[in-house]
Amino acid sequence: MIRRSRAPFYLAVMLLILAGLTLAVIRHVQMGVPWLPGKQQPVWLVEARIDFEAWGEPVKVNLNIPEQPPGFYTLTEQAASPGYGFAITEQQKDRRAEWTIRNASGPQTLYFKTRLIPDAYAQEAPLEPGPVDATEVFLEEPAATAASALLQQAEARSSGPASLTRELITLLTSQTPDQNTRLLLGQESLSSTLVQLLNSAGIPARIADGLKLEDARRQQTLEPWLQVHDGDRWLTFDPRTGAQGVPEDVLLWRQTQGPLLDVMGGSGSRVHFSMLRQTLPALQILRSEASSDRSFGALSLYQLPVEQQSMFRMLLLLPLGALVVCLMRILVGIKTSGTFMPVLIAVAFVQTSLVPGLAAFISVVTLGLVMRGYLSSLNLLLVSRISALIILVLFITAGISIIGYQMGFSTGMTVTFFPMVILAWTIERMSILWEEEGAHEVLIQGAGSLLVAILAYLVMRSPLAEHLSFNFPELHLVVLGIILLLGQYTGYKLTELRRFAPMKGYH
Amino acid sequence: MFDWIRPRELKQLGMLSMNKRNIDYIARYNDRSAFPLVDNKLLTKQIVDEYEVASPSLLQVVREQHEIAHFREQVANLDGFAIKPAKGSGGKGILVITGREGEDFLKPSGSRISLADIERHLSNILAGLYSLGGSPDVAVIEALVRSEPRLSAYSHQGVPDIRIVVFKGYPVMAMLRLATQASDGKANLHQGAVGVGLNLANGHALNAVQFDRPISEHPDNGLRLSDIRIDNWRYLLGMASRCYEATGLGYMGVDLVVDETRGPLLLELNARPGLAIQIANGQGLLPRLHAVEALKRPHLTPEERVHWAMGEAGAEEIMQPRPLETSFAPALHA
Repeated sequence: MIRRSRAPFYLAVMLLILAGLTLAVIRHVQMGVPWLPGKQQPVWLVEARIDFEAWGEPVKVNLNIPEQPPGFYTLTEQAASPGYGFAITEQQKDRRAEWTIRNASGPQTLYFKTRLIPDAYAQEAPLEPGPVDATEVFLEEPAATAASALLQQAEARSSGPASLTRELITLLTSQTPDQNTRLLLGQESLSSTLVQLLNSAGIPARIADGLKLEDARRQQTLEPWLQVHDGDRWLTFDPRTGAQGVPEDVLLWRQTQGPLLDVMGGSGSRVHFSMLRQTLPALQILRSEASSDRSFGALSLYQLPVEQQSMFRMLLLLPLGALVVCLMRILVGIKTSGTFMPVLIAVAFVQTSLVPGLAAFISVVTLGLVMRGYLSSLNLLLVSRISALIILVLFITAGISIIGYQMGFSTGMTVTFFPMVILAWTIERMSILWEEEGAHEVLIQGAGSLLVAILAYLVMRSPLAEHLSFNFPELHLVVLGIILLLGQYTGYKLTELRRFAPMKGYH
Repeated sequence: MFDWIRPRELKQLGMLSMNKRNIDYIARYNDRSAFPLVDNKLLTKQIVDEYEVASPSLLQVVREQHEIAHFREQVANLDGFAIKPAKGSGGKGILVITGREGEDFLKPSGSRISLADIERHLSNILAGLYSLGGSPDVAVIEALVRSEPRLSAYSHQGVPDIRIVVFKGYPVMAMLRLATQASDGKANLHQGAVGVGLNLANGHALNAVQFDRPISEHPDNGLRLSDIRIDNWRYLLGMASRCYEATGLGYMGVDLVVDETRGPLLLELNARPGLAIQIANGQGLLPRLHAVEALKRPHLTPEERVHWAMGEAGAEEIMQPRPLETSFAPALHA
């Protein structure tokens, strides 16, 4: 029978909401972060992460870094590596980030971050002075014969370096390779075969490393691209398709001959890339161009490593999902199976996109219910029944993925994004509900859960929500305040207005 | 299908909503520590016994998987009994046996069930299939309640039970729940049982609903529901009121049955009683709850509280109530 005054509570909630709004306004005014996602310019944040095992002696690491890659403008470059000395060196067009330390042992991680603005008119790197010569290639028999046969075939159909390159790619990637092609490709990879062939024909060619840019990708590696010199400049080709030019979403990370990564004093080195498509206001880009080492504000999530940023982008949407669940359950009164199961399903939908996600979810749960029917006749104890169900869900998921893949639907694969244990519990609850209350109630709760999940998905997917939640993390204080207030709502739910409708007769 | 009522009308009727019940009554008046008392039927039985509230006699408790084997010997000479999960809610997992036929047992519907089936049911109960949150449970085996014939005539197979909402020890609203064919012999309103609102003053029927819609006759046997009179009404209310002393729960539902030999018995207590009782009574709970909250000096004994509640409901004035009419003016508006 505790009856405290609610005034301090409401005051605290108001303060919470006010603090959130004030911080957001300050960020807007001071940092120039716009309220709407529209007024922004995309910026790619690319992070190279180097991992290696140091031997306990002086370590020197250097990584090739891009210099004016075609189609992009470099905004900032930054290295994060505690204890290491860092410098950017440049020798004969070979631009390298160099880390040094007197002594290091055990696993080491170094980061190099660069911000790039997609810019169709970016200047190309100035050409190195003097003529570019083809490197000499020595091929052994029978490869040499195969190469010259292939070159003759291609030269007969071409008029210059560009068309020769295209012809060679067409020959090498043909669906029905001839004997020569098979012989050459059996020894070297496609791109290095192309480089050898072109150089032996007297055309300077090299391999460049390209990075395909996709939002919020982690653990990416570089792909080889072919560059051919036509006498004036380097032309870029996709060795897989023969298409000329660099696609908009490909960043040429390495365009020089030197090695990508060089580690002295360590072993087992690996480099992989993470990337994130940020949207920054034009104003801010101007500002950081002026002073490139200036931080984006002490409280900004942009300060974190890119891998964590991608994670946070997702996590920061969860409160919005929770808010949708609160609204639907407290104000509307929709029945769902499991309180926050809809949010987790909505998160999975964000990964899979809605329609394939829905199809995958419904098919897994339906199949699961059928199998659970058999399990219940086995009369197992609860724990082993759920465990068995988790394994069955795994099989169903694998089955759907494989069948989907065989039939050519990549959507079948998206089913792996659903959390297995949640699926297993959903099936178990639905099944018990079915036995106790009948199919009708299962339909009501299932439809309710999916409805809430879809609404949460739509909210979380909206560009405005994504923009605000990531750029103005303080607005979550406002969400928290609203959720606390909702927890005090004692009025009627929308569904109760229907449930209590017979009371009209007594009014 | 799409029939709605305006929130303002509900407010005028004093209808208690789910959110308000949870925040203003359950969270405020029900101490969390008292919940296990009512969520566990075995504990409830023991505790109310000290307050002279009778409940169906306890025959056996099955706590462990291996004890199921002994169950066979113990039920050898029993004709009727009820198996209940101690922590079950909403009548889930209750198995009632009313007789035997050879090796098999008979359910109220007349269908047969083998001993192996019963043992499997016990095993499910122990695994926590019916308990809140799926925690391990024990099975309680009680003597069969044989309902008083005058009341059971109104019910299809199942035993009719009386739900009384008790607020701070004062009975505030009551209804009788009758099983029907639609509810499969269960006294569960949302499965189709009939709810009959009872006049707190005298235990006479007010009006009745099935599936939340008003009815006047039992859908299976056509008996006029307005004729229902509950005997010993003051005693029943007293029993419900004493449960407040036993558990300390400020807002609860007390479920009673009337046995033909033992008289009124407590079936179970509920710390989160549902809201359908308002529809069965055609009245909102709020005016009555407010009247109790407004009492400057609460009554100390169950007898005084029952007396006050019956008086508030108009026990003196309404000598011959005319049910199914809106003659029952809520005297609690004072």
